[in-house]
Amino acid sequence: MDKEYVLKMENISKEFAGNRVLKDVHLSVKPGEVHALMGENGAGKSTLMNVLFGMPVIFNTGGFEGSVEFCGEPVVIDGPQKAMELGIGMVHQEFMLIPGFNITENIKLGREITVPTVASQIFGDELKSLDWKQMAKESREALDTVGLGIEEYTLVAGLPVGYLQFIEIAREIDKTNIKLLIFDEPTAVLTESEADRLLEAMREIAKKGIAIIFITHRIDEIIAVSDSITILRDGSFVARLETKETTAAKVAEMMIGRTVEKLVELEDVGRHIDSGDVVLKLRDYNVEMPGEKVRNLDLDVYRGEIFGIGGLAGQGKIGVPNGIMGLYPASGTIEFEGEPLNVNKLGDALKKGIAFVSEDRRGVGLLLDGSIEENVVFTAMEVEDRFLTNLGFMKLYNAREAKEHAQKMIETLDIRCTGADQAAGRLSGGNQQKVCLARALTMNPRLLIVSEPTRGIDIGAKKLVLELLVKLNREQGLTIIMVSSELNELRSLCDRIAMVSDGTITAILKPDDSDAKFGLAMSGVKEVDVQ
Amino acid sequence: MSDFKKTLDKIGIPRLIIFLFFSFIVFLAYVNNLNVTSYIGSVLKYWGMWGVLVLAMVPSINCGVGPNFGVSLGIVCGLLGTLLVIEFDVAGAINASMPGWGSWISMFISMLISAFLAWFVGVGYGKILNSVKGSEMTVTTYIGYSVIYLMCILWFRAPFSSGEIMWPLGGKGVRNQVSMESSFGQLLNNAGGFYIGGESGVFVPTGILVFFFLMCFIVFVFFKTKTGKAISAAGENPQFARASGINVDKMRINGVAISTMLGAVGIIVYTQGFGFLQAYTAPLAMGFQCVASVLIGGATTSKARISHVIIGTFLFQGLILMTPPVSNYLLAGTDISDTVRQIIQNGVIVYALTKVKRGVSSD
Repeated sequence: MDKEYVLKMENISKEFAGNRVLKDVHLSVKPGEVHALMGENGAGKSTLMNVLFGMPVIFNTGGFEGSVEFCGEPVVIDGPQKAMELGIGMVHQEFMLIPGFNITENIKLGREITVPTVASQIFGDELKSLDWKQMAKESREALDTVGLGIEEYTLVAGLPVGYLQFIEIAREIDKTNIKLLIFDEPTAVLTESEADRLLEAMREIAKKGIAIIFITHRIDEIIAVSDSITILRDGSFVARLETKETTAAKVAEMMIGRTVEKLVELEDVGRHIDSGDVVLKLRDYNVEMPGEKVRNLDLDVYRGEIFGIGGLAGQGKIGVPNGIMGLYPASGTIEFEGEPLNVNKLGDALKKGIAFVSEDRRGVGLLLDGSIEENVVFTAMEVEDRFLTNLGFMKLYNAREAKEHAQKMIETLDIRCTGADQAAGRLSGGNQQKVCLARALTMNPRLLIVSEPTRGIDIGAKKLVLELLVKLNREQGLTIIMVSSELNELRSLCDRIAMVSDGTITAILKPDDSDAKFGLAMSGVKEVDVQ
Repeated sequence: MSDFKKTLDKIGIPRLIIFLFFSFIVFLAYVNNLNVTSYIGSVLKYWGMWGVLVLAMVPSINCGVGPNFGVSLGIVCGLLGTLLVIEFDVAGAINASMPGWGSWISMFISMLISAFLAWFVGVGYGKILNSVKGSEMTVTTYIGYSVIYLMCILWFRAPFSSGEIMWPLGGKGVRNQVSMESSFGQLLNNAGGFYIGGESGVFVPTGILVFFFLMCFIVFVFFKTKTGKAISAAGENPQFARASGINVDKMRINGVAISTMLGAVGIIVYTQGFGFLQAYTAPLAMGFQCVASVLIGGATTSKARISHVIIGTFLFQGLILMTPPVSNYLLAGTDISDTVRQIIQNGVIVYALTKVKRGVSSD
C-alpha cells in the first residue's frame, strides 16, 4: 500500500464516440500539497475531473480505462456522492450559494447540526431543531481558515463576488473528512488582490494536510503557489514537475509545445508589411460582451496583413470583433482608415467596409431555413441596397441578379450544394462556413474579420477555408483579422499574432516565435522574458 | 414509404385530418339531401370575409412576435373608421355629386382612415411587445381582450349624432348593430358576383374574393422587398439580422403595425360582407379564429406563408359553416354549432402551441 499519495490516478483513458480525449494520463497528489493541473482549452482537464468525480457524463458514454487509488486504496467512484463520501470536495467556478440564506446557513446547508426536541422524539428526526450556536462556531472557524473576516450571520445576497468565492471554499473545508479539494479556475472572476488572498488561503488549507488540485492557466499563479505541476496537452500526459525545479518559461513551452504543422503552405513566409498604413486603430478599447470582456485594449492593424488574435476561451478575444461590429456595447477610440467608427450604431462598420464572419455560425452567421442565395446576398442587400430593383415607392428584391451572384459565389468558393436554393441549414459545416464567407465577400469589404473560422468543421474543410483566406489576402490585398483559439492555425498563416489575456493584449508575436513566448503570453504574463 | 412520409410531412397531419373531416361533412350533407350548393356559396363568402383578418397574422408571425391574438386593436380601428364614414354620411355626399360611386369611395375612405389610425396604434402596440419579449402570446391575448372592453365604454359614450348609429332609445352612444345599408354593405360581395349552375347553384362573390387575393398579393410582394426581407430575418434569427445591421426592435414594430393595419382593413371587409357593423364584445374572439385559421393552414408560431392563410381560412370557415346543418340534421333538436367552432378553434391553437420548438422570440 502506497500511502505517500492521497490520490493516484493511473493510465486514465477516455473516449467520446471514437474521439480519444484522454490518453494514458497520470495524476498523483500528496497530502498537504498544492498541485497544479495545467493545459490549454480542450487539453482534457475537465474530463479528468469528471472522471475523478464519477460524473454521469463519463458513465453514460462507456466509462473510462485506468485505475484510481485514494489514500492508497483502489476505489471505484461511480458518482459525485461517492466522491464526497471519500472526502473529495470541489470549489466551483459558478457559485452554488443561496442568496436569501446567511453565510452560516449556506456553509451548513445539508449538514446541519441538530438537537433533539419533543416533537422529533415522536415524529422522527425531521423535526429536530438546529443548533445555531455550534453551527455558527464551526462556520466561524472555516471562515477564519480562509481569512474572511466577515460576520457569519450576514446574508449572502449582495456580497461581492470575491466573498462568495471564499464562502464556497469555507463550505468545502468545513466538511469534517475533507482530504482533497479541487479549485477549478478560482481566480478567473477575482480581482488581483482577491486572487492574492485566495492563493494565501490555499496555502493555509494545504498546511492543515488537505491536498489541493489547482486548475488554472495562469502560469505566474502556479509558480507562486504550487508544489508540483501536472501538464496535459491534447489529452496526453506531458510531465509531472516539481515547481522548485522549473521555470515559467519551461512550463509554458510544455503546455503549448507541439510540432507546428503548417496547415497552409506560404511562399512568402516572413514577408514585410508596411507599418505606416494603419487600417484599424483601437485605443483604450472596451467591450461589454458577457464572458468575453475586452478591457483597455490598444491595437493597430496594417493594410494588407493577416492579423491573428489568439488566447484562451473567455479572455476576450471574441469580444474584439463583436464590439467593432456593434453587436455588443463598446467604447474607446476606434478608427477605420483614419475615420472614427461609431460602434454604438448598429451597421456602421458594415457601411464603412468592414465585413464580419461570426464565430457562432449557426446562431449568428446563418438563416438556417433560408436558401444559400438569400444568405449570400442578405447583408449586401440590407446595407448597400444591392440586388434590389428600385420602383420608387419600394425596393423590390431582384431574384435574378441575386441568383446569378449566388451561383458565381458557389463556383468561386466551391460550395458543395444541390443549388443556390438549398437551405443553408442542410449544408455541412465547412460549406456553411463558405456561405458565411461568401456573404462577407459580397460586401466587397476593405477589412475582413473572421472569428473562429474553422470551429466545428473537419480537417479537410479547415484547410480549404484557410487557403481561401490566404488567397484573398495575397490576390486581392484584402486585410484580414482572424480570431481563433487554434494557435496552430494562427501560426500557419498570420503575419502577426496578438495574444489576448484578461481582456487585453499581452504580446504581439511573430508566428515563428518560440512556444514559450506564446505560452506565457497566453497565460497573461506580460513581460515576456525567456532565457 | 419515406416518400409517403415526406408528402405527409409536407401536408401536415392536422391539415390532413381537418381536410378529411371537411370532405366527410360535405359528403354527409350531400347524401342527406341538404342544400350543399348554398352552403358552398356561403363558405366562399366567409372565406373572403375572414381572409384579410387572417392575413394580418402573417406579418406578426414573420417578424418574430408570433400569432397576433391582439388583432382586436386593428379591429376597433376599423370599426371606428367605418363609423366615422357613416356618421358624416360620406356615401350620401359623394352620391349627390357622383351617383353610384358613394359606396366604393366611402369604403376606401374608411379603409384609409382606419389604416392610418391602426398604424399609430400598431407602433405603440409593437413597443409594448418589444418590452415583453418571450411572452408575446400571453400579452397579445390580454391586450386583445382589454381593448375590446375599453372600447365598450367608448362606444357607449361616443358623441355620434347619426340616427343610424345612435341607440334608438336614449339617443346616445353606438348601437349593438349598425346597418351598413346606406354606406357600403354587401358591396364587395355583390360586385361581379355570379351563379354557377343557375339561380339555385353556387353563388361566387367575385368582388370580395378578388379583394382578398389582391391583399394577399400585396403582402406577398411586400415580403419580397428590402424592408419585408429585413422583417422576416428579424423574426427568423434576430442575431443574424443584427449582424447585418438591422434594428430588430424596429422591424418587430413594423411587423406589428402592418398586422394591425391589415386587421383594420380586414374588419371593414368583414363588416361589409356581414351587412352590419357589430360593436361592443362581438369581435372579442375574432383574434382566436384568425390564429386558428392560419395555424390550420400550416403556419407555425414562427413562420407563416400566404398559402397558409388561403388554405387555412377556407378549411376553418368551411368546417364552421358546414358542420352545424349536418349535425343539426343528424342530431335533430340540438345546436352544437358554436361548440364545434370552439373545439376546432381552440384545439388547433393548443395543437400548434405544442409544436413550438423554441420560444416565439429567441432574441
